Amino acid sequence: MMKFGIVQFPGSNCDSDCYYAINKVLRYPADMIWHKEKNLDGYACVILPGGFTYGDYLRVGAIARYSPIMSAVVNFAKKGGLVLGICNGFQVLTEAQLLPGALIRNSCLHFICQNQTIRVENVDSPYTKLFQKNQILQIPIAHGEGCYYADKETIDLLETNQQILFRYCDSNGGITKEANPNGSIANIAGICNKERNVFGLMPHPERCMEDCLGSIDGRLLFESIIMYLKEVILK
Amino acid sequence: MEAIAHANFRQKKFWHRWNLTSHEYHFICQALNRKPNELEMGIFSVMWSEHCSYKNTRSLLKMLPSKASWVVQGPGENAGVIDIGVEELIVMKMESHNHPSAVEPFQGAATGVGGILRDIFTMGAQPIALLDSLRFGDFKQNHTQYLFQSVVGGIAFYGNCVGVPTVGGETIFSKSYQGNILVNVMCVGLVKKEKIVRALAKGAGNSVILIGAKTGRDGIGGAAFASVELNGQSDEDRPAVQIGDPFAEKLLIEACLELAQFKEVIGLQDCGAAGLTSSLSEMAARGKSGMEIELSLVPQREAGMNPFEIMLSESQERMIVVVEKDKENRVLSTLKKWDLDCAIIGKVTDDEILTIKNHNQIEASIPVITLSEGAPIAKRKTKKPKWIKKRNQLKLEQLNEFDDYNQILLDLLCSPNLFSKEEIYRQYDHMVQTNTIIPPGDDAAVLRMKGSKKAIALTTEGNGRYCLLNPFQGARIAIAEAARNLSCKGAIPMAVTDCLNFGAPENSDSYWQLVQVIKGLSEACQFFETPVISGNVSLYNENEGKPIDPTPVVGMIGLINDYNQLCTLDFKNENDLIFLLGESWDELGGSEYLELVHQLKCGVPPTLDLYKEKSIQFLCRKLIKKDLLASAHDCSIGGIAIALAESCIGGSFGAEIELKTDIRSDCSLFGESQSRIIVTVKPSNYNQFTKMIRRDKVPFQQIGIVKGDHLKINHWVNLSINQMEKAWRMM
Repeated sequence: MMKFGIVQFPGSNCDSDCYYAINKVLRYPADMIWHKEKNLDGYACVILPGGFTYGDYLRVGAIARYSPIMSAVVNFAKKGGLVLGICNGFQVLTEAQLLPGALIRNSCLHFICQNQTIRVENVDSPYTKLFQKNQILQIPIAHGEGCYYADKETIDLLETNQQILFRYCDSNGGITKEANPNGSIANIAGICNKERNVFGLMPHPERCMEDCLGSIDGRLLFESIIMYLKEVILK
Repeated sequence: MEAIAHANFRQKKFWHRWNLTSHEYHFICQALNRKPNELEMGIFSVMWSEHCSYKNTRSLLKMLPSKASWVVQGPGENAGVIDIGVEELIVMKMESHNHPSAVEPFQGAATGVGGILRDIFTMGAQPIALLDSLRFGDFKQNHTQYLFQSVVGGIAFYGNCVGVPTVGGETIFSKSYQGNILVNVMCVGLVKKEKIVRALAKGAGNSVILIGAKTGRDGIGGAAFASVELNGQSDEDRPAVQIGDPFAEKLLIEACLELAQFKEVIGLQDCGAAGLTSSLSEMAARGKSGMEIELSLVPQREAGMNPFEIMLSESQERMIVVVEKDKENRVLSTLKKWDLDCAIIGKVTDDEILTIKNHNQIEASIPVITLSEGAPIAKRKTKKPKWIKKRNQLKLEQLNEFDDYNQILLDLLCSPNLFSKEEIYRQYDHMVQTNTIIPPGDDAAVLRMKGSKKAIALTTEGNGRYCLLNPFQGARIAIAEAARNLSCKGAIPMAVTDCLNFGAPENSDSYWQLVQVIKGLSEACQFFETPVISGNVSLYNENEGKPIDPTPVVGMIGLINDYNQLCTLDFKNENDLIFLLGESWDELGGSEYLELVHQLKCGVPPTLDLYKEKSIQFLCRKLIKKDLLASAHDCSIGGIAIALAESCIGGSFGAEIELKTDIRSDCSLFGESQSRIIVTVKPSNYNQFTKMIRRDKVPFQQIGIVKGDHLKINHWVNLSINQMEKAWRMM
């Protein structure tokens, strides 16, 4: 059976939310994986959840990147396994160099928690295949270090390879400075690697899975993954 | 250190230096049958401080109702517990961290959050929500801005990291809190019925284990520091403020929730105020046991700490767990899994004596009872202050009324106590744990209970100005308003936790205020059937000899049986009808308007008829349950005009309002008469709505209609939503 694995680092705090979203809302099998584990056999998609791994001391994601599980995650990704990093998980992925660039302090210099509109830039990935291109989503953000930064060369490559999957936008889909909550270059909210199996995003799809929470736009992201995994198996 | 201490002992009445009275010192000598040594003096000094012993308030607090069929645990444990009929029980507590926050605002507020979280998870409960009730001095002063920004930063730093959503609270500015800010933090948690852990030590021979951070020299004497007035030298007390490590706390939460599942865990207690001293003696007292502790086994952050420092350190993120003898392995390996330091530092005894040893030498030996319920009670004088009569005078006829209130409304909207607090709560993660279905910014926050249709509503309330003018009435209003906030969301008020913030009890004015407030709370809580299940008292809130406005802060929880039946404050549809439930009177005493526009802080607070209040709240909940309301909003500070403006801005709709002119225009717009709720109703529901109201005999009037993009009130106000929103958001 294809299963999601949710890595639990010391200081992760969205691990249970991801588990609830996948297992209770979508009724899809998922396990928690303790960060001292070294084996990811049997998992089809590994999630690095949000939180403050190791208190985000030193630099966000910098210590978690050396957790025992991370070499398994790197190998898993190299073999084509799906790795999704949400918020702090995205930060860990950049520290582990599974994704390019870095996430630095928000331009307003403080933590921001709010509902945010983002635009789907590309639907050619396991994470976005059920979305429409240019679809506008309502997804919460909650971070202090979400400002995506990379040098020009890297940004050009991301654009050329269409690795930018989500951008912050206004309610009409406009990619404007005013709609950019944290100062990210080119309003980047989420990017994948060149092979498109590793994806990191700052917004929290697990926080908008049910009507009572105000938005269900996060569902399509997880449903895309499930659809992709089913297709791979059918092949 | 030693030499100085001995010199101190030779001074006449040296016990004053320990904040103990002559009477108390002789009481100690009697209890020990000898003179105490320095360590013992330190222990008595902190344990008999108001913060730990409630010596000034213990007898008064007994007046508060604490029982109901749904109360599982009242005051006396780390937190109160109620049963709302879901799989898990609700655990709730509020606590103050005023003095540390005044001296070191960032860490003071952060460790305030850390402390209240520990009160919740030591019970075996998962913390699910935080609320903060904050009071600062004059908004315009730079120092206030520094305190305000730092406190908000500290709360965000700690709460965001541990992954507990901060869903509500209040932020009030008033000169009365200049130099003595208030930081009251409330936490709510969930625990399975059979998994509640008590904070006690029993069973001779059982092991006492200290877990979490190493013990350092920070926060020594913090509880005693919290129980004296702040003064010009208080900045030198900065070492008495602890440093918070939310990451360590997060690990402690996870580890303790695992420990709570183990049968061999007898008791769990946070090392809070007064550190090891209070946690050890309180656990022993609750279990009617003694303890024998070896200090050399305590993991220490610094070399050369003496017994006094180890016992009185308030290093954060530490807990005591009592475990059955010879069954420590599972506990120790769980702690190892979470990379937490731990050490067996002693054992439970049956002699009811707290024995402290260092390298096998006895350093202190104190009967446990003298540190708990046997502590002396302070008798205080209470006298109604003479100045109150003059303060209560207000001649409305001497105040100008105006023809045009546009600028006044805009001024009020951008005033410190009324402007949008979004910039604050945007810095708090209020969504983590995915339960928040009404976020901060409404009358109350609402959280769904996963696995059921039920939800809880949470709010905090407390008006220092009302309590200054009439403490009894101010306290009653705090409870009524909190209950009204919940009822506006469709929630039935269930229970209260409180923080009582007052001046020094030796001041007969302050003590009178305290007694009056407790009487008021008691009457209103009894009436609304909202028992007070936990809380704390913070006295000595003074600066330069002047007490703060008496400020009881109440946190209230309400139950929503089906989270599909709730209501928010924003206007929803054009042409919805706007009604006022309740009545407005010629009341301006103690209002925000009076202070802001006329610079007057006088008069009497609004009248409050508890029966009327209850019937209006009951009706509001019934209307929400029948799905007859599109919106509901409590009329609170700033009156009808502010409530209407907030509903307009929230929904991006205008409104055309015609208020009755049988009272003064200023009272009509900005008066703070109690028991009023503004609701909107779809035209198609009009008949059913009015039928239900008439049946309940609740006074109501249709005051207008949702329309356009302006708020128009009689000929007094005509403002666009855009104008109002800009003022309200201070853009």
